[in-house]
Amino acid sequence: MSTADSTAGAVTTAPQGTWQTLRRGLALSPELRTGLLGTLVLAILSMVGRVAVPIAIQQGIDDGIQAEGGPDLRRIALGATITVAILVVTTACGYLMMRRLFTVTETALATLRVRTFRHIHDLSMLHQQTQRRGVLVSRVTSDVDSITQFLQWGGVILLVNSGQILVTTAVMAYYSWKLTLVVLLAFVPSAVLIKKFQPMLSVLYGEVRKRVGFLYGAVSEAVVGSAVIRAYGVGERTQAKLDDTIGSYQKAQRRALRMSVTSFSTGELAAGLALSAVIVVGVLLGVDRQLELGELIAFLFLVTLFIQPVQIATEVLNEAQNAVSGWRRVLDVLDEQPDVADPAHEGVDLPGGALDLTFEHVSFNYPGGPRVLHDVHLEIPAKTKVAVVGETGSGKTTFAKLLTRLMDPSEGRVLLSGVDLATVRFESLRSHVVMVPQDGFLFDDTIAANVRFARPLLTDDELQQAFTDLGLADWLAGMPAGLHTPVGERGEALSVGERQLVALARAYVADPDLLVLDEATSAVDPATEVRLQHTLDAVTRGRTTVAIAHRLSTAQAADEVIVVDKGVVVQRGPHDELVRDPDSIYARLYASWLEQTR
Amino acid sequence: MATAGSIVFGLLTIGTAYVTGAVVGKVVEPAFADHRYKLGALLLGAGVILGLSALKVLGIFGRRLGSGFMQFKLQAIYRQRVTRRYMELPPSWHAQHSTGSLLSNANSDVEATWWPIAPLPFAIGSIVMMVVAVGVLFTTDWVLALVGLGVFPCLFALNVVYSRRMAPRQAKAQALRAAVSTIAHESFDGALVVKTMGREQAETDRFAAKTGELRDALIRVGRLRGIFDPSLDSLPSLGTLAVLVAGAWRLQAGAIGLEELVSVTLLFTVMAFPVRAIGWVLGELPRSVAGWDRVQRVLTATGEMAYGTRDVPGTGPVDLEFDGVEFAYGEGEPVLRDVTFTVPAGKTVALVGPTGSGKSTIATLAARLLDPTCAENGSGTGSGTGTGGSGSGGGTVRIGGVPATELSAADLARTVALVPQLSFAFDDSVRANVTLDRSAAGGSGAISDEDVWAALGTAQVRPFVERLPQQLDTELGERGTTLSGGQRQRLVLARALAGGPRLLILDDATSAVDPRVEAAILRSLRDTASGKGATILVVAYRRATIALADEVVYLERGRVVAHGPHQHLLDTIPGYANLVTAYEKAEAEREREHDYETDTALEDTALEDTAVEDTAVETDTAVADGPDELLEVSR
Repeated sequence: MSTADSTAGAVTTAPQGTWQTLRRGLALSPELRTGLLGTLVLAILSMVGRVAVPIAIQQGIDDGIQAEGGPDLRRIALGATITVAILVVTTACGYLMMRRLFTVTETALATLRVRTFRHIHDLSMLHQQTQRRGVLVSRVTSDVDSITQFLQWGGVILLVNSGQILVTTAVMAYYSWKLTLVVLLAFVPSAVLIKKFQPMLSVLYGEVRKRVGFLYGAVSEAVVGSAVIRAYGVGERTQAKLDDTIGSYQKAQRRALRMSVTSFSTGELAAGLALSAVIVVGVLLGVDRQLELGELIAFLFLVTLFIQPVQIATEVLNEAQNAVSGWRRVLDVLDEQPDVADPAHEGVDLPGGALDLTFEHVSFNYPGGPRVLHDVHLEIPAKTKVAVVGETGSGKTTFAKLLTRLMDPSEGRVLLSGVDLATVRFESLRSHVVMVPQDGFLFDDTIAANVRFARPLLTDDELQQAFTDLGLADWLAGMPAGLHTPVGERGEALSVGERQLVALARAYVADPDLLVLDEATSAVDPATEVRLQHTLDAVTRGRTTVAIAHRLSTAQAADEVIVVDKGVVVQRGPHDELVRDPDSIYARLYASWLEQTR
Repeated sequence: MATAGSIVFGLLTIGTAYVTGAVVGKVVEPAFADHRYKLGALLLGAGVILGLSALKVLGIFGRRLGSGFMQFKLQAIYRQRVTRRYMELPPSWHAQHSTGSLLSNANSDVEATWWPIAPLPFAIGSIVMMVVAVGVLFTTDWVLALVGLGVFPCLFALNVVYSRRMAPRQAKAQALRAAVSTIAHESFDGALVVKTMGREQAETDRFAAKTGELRDALIRVGRLRGIFDPSLDSLPSLGTLAVLVAGAWRLQAGAIGLEELVSVTLLFTVMAFPVRAIGWVLGELPRSVAGWDRVQRVLTATGEMAYGTRDVPGTGPVDLEFDGVEFAYGEGEPVLRDVTFTVPAGKTVALVGPTGSGKSTIATLAARLLDPTCAENGSGTGSGTGTGGSGSGGGTVRIGGVPATELSAADLARTVALVPQLSFAFDDSVRANVTLDRSAAGGSGAISDEDVWAALGTAQVRPFVERLPQQLDTELGERGTTLSGGQRQRLVLARALAGGPRLLILDDATSAVDPRVEAAILRSLRDTASGKGATILVVAYRRATIALADEVVYLERGRVVAHGPHQHLLDTIPGYANLVTAYEKAEAEREREHDYETDTALEDTALEDTAVEDTAVETDTAVADGPDELLEVSR
């Protein structure tokens, strides 16, 4: 199986065998073993009933029907009654087994889902971006579903059938070890073939799982971009792409099924072979007086009981390849080591109060990409308000991401109040440092719930106060249900500017010591922005603020401006100072800004 | 084919039982009795069993491949139908459905719907087999036949009860699957916010709670299965025992021989498994029905915007006219009231207003991604379908004099290009993102690479693309994540320009672009606009953008407050002046602060507060008595 969608930076893992995957899977979900022994015992007991029937038939024919002095009906009835009693008990065992199995597997897999979900969040932003969102969703949904389906459908059947095969083989051997040998031999060729088919199936089902991920990705894009698709009238084009993804998923399914059926049918041939061989050898043995007629007949039943589970097991093994592929993909996600890792218990906490920050010869390049920041070396004192300006693609946003440890520098260190960012516990980091990203992503909930995101215990009054502090009380009052106005998926019920207002309030109530604003008000009207700036000034007094700005009004209001050009810090200082050199990059940016706004 | 295959398989299964029985009776029993055997007869018996087995393999292939392929095909067809529907349904419908649940509809629900197709032919084959078996039983012995008649309906009844009880549990589970998928999608979509706020654990808890519900629902499904599955399994065994007892009695009565008894008991044994297939179908049926319901909800969703058949006449720039347009999202308060304005052909109009005043809604209506809301019934969307153009209720948007609702989809896309506030890039190459496989303006073939480069040039993103390793063939990744915000915005701008639109709508489309770059873009847009001839409606805050416009439409709270040349509005509308000169005022403020540097901060704050209040008062006055008069003036 290819690991095509693993990240560029990650080590390409070798294709893993089925057993290896299962072992790793079981190791990661130890809950699956809870009460496994008991479940196994119940499984074996539950199929004793089935074996009891042929024994009853053998007894019935040999001792009842062929009894001396004609058929002995009472004896047959007695045997049947005992067998019915056994059946009742074993059916109850079957119920208990399934109940246990379902509880254990569902619990274990729910845990696996949650763990994978958490792990995806722990992966760095860069890591997350290399995976399509739809693909990630398929990891915690349909891939885990495929494991569940296998463990329950396949798992039950495999357990019951393994039990049945074992018990039947034992009973067969009791009747005639020679015939048993014949049966086992008849299955050897098909066993060899099936074993050969397994790796091929593994590849084919791996492809199927991959296609499911692609399907999720394609549907997700079409749904999220539906407005653009409509505006440009390119529905047909998108549909063609979707049809393509759907079609190749279908093709992958068909290829896998074809192989799976081929594998399955060898079992049927083996069954025919076993049945006819038993009759031939049985007759030979019978003629030789080594076997009773009843025994041979019972044996024929037993062969049927042996064949069925073997066939079904083949089937389950085939299905298993699908599940194992799903499992493998989930495990692959869990195997990805977060490259921006939380030092957790080994980490340190940031000191309280305003933070100063230091970039120590920091360089950054995306994996395999060009360098976007070159040897940035600077200090920003505590309680200052700094604006970072520069052209699109100059490295401003990268600067912000390094500052908030969404990414780690390729070279150099970032320090907050003298503490290396890489050693700070995430919990401490995220409570002291908050960034408001460009795109004010909101969750599909109310305004209140979104603002409360980082401080779940805030009361409505406190939220209201936050909006008042920011000078947004009027705006909030204009919303249909005030704080309780739903914002829609991704906040789409609000305008982009309004989303930014909510995102800003969300960061404000988080009460950080270092606030990083990445063009956080780019879609807000100028009057509101200026007002916000004033109020932000008031509320962030005493904290350190870094604002990535494209509107130079922000830069003008800052204590200091840092100008980035092509990944290099080219100028820094207060606005007034920087504009004095008319040929500087900043002066040119500012001139252009004036031209724009006057 | 699948059904035929499984019927063949079923008949062969019965055949095997009988042939085995016959071989036992005709060959084995005499051999045991006489202690010698006829080699020919023995081999013939073995050969027939082997032959039947080979035929069964054919049956398996027919059944399994047939039913599997059918299942996959139906899944594919329905996935196509569902996703096609996603394309057809308007933005207002999408706004009410989360991406996660739509993902679930297209995958897991479709899968659930057609899941029972796979075992279905097997089940049909099994039913045929049962009927034949009962028939064969009657020819063998009526008592044994009655036993069979007793067992099979029992199986059937048990299955029916099973699926009845299962249905609600499965429906619940399927709905929860969608809910889990929704949370996962939203959470991964907002990963940046989750990360920057350090809310990974809280998000995990939210996900875990839903996953827990799903787990409990699935365990409830499992418990029910636990009761029925083993019972269904043991019924055929009970039947076999009943046959044994009854058979022995009949044997004693001399009605049947040992051969028949063996055949019949063997028949019950081999049929136990196929009969279970019926149970599978019935057991999965509830999940299938639940899936089907959810799929149908998408397929039968209404509210799509029907397109008309008319084209915008002529070539060159077209005018845009809003005539008494009202709009409300869903059942909410109207966000636009009686919006009337015209953008004459070839002119540029700037749409200005505070955050949340309805500018984006106007831009969206102008591109007919939404239709005006009917005032009378106040119901959501889709009001403009069919007749359109009468201007009743929600007013009318006209493009080139034709009501937007009467335009054909193709002509609408050809005529109007909207550059939205948030730029959406497709997971495709740079070239494909710009051309979107549309035909070039004027309809002559595809958009050439030359056109693409020209558009990229105008959008000021050409040098960037030229530096990319594969230039136009560079893949952008999902939603263009490899680009910076500004680059993505310019790429999307190039996309709009490449189609050579006759009406270009820019919804604050340069917000993430630096001032200098924006100035360059605007200048060339202006050139392009005059060269190729496009009407431009631009949502703007920057003075430079506004300066390029021939006229300004000023909005507040969903109403057109004023309408006229920039300077005129600046002089007469305080709200407008306040908005567009905010930066200057702020700077002046700072200068003053600078002069009185030693003044206490307290006083400053007080001053600012007053300023804000003043603005609010002024704005309100403007809303109260401004609009009508000014509209008159501007006309």
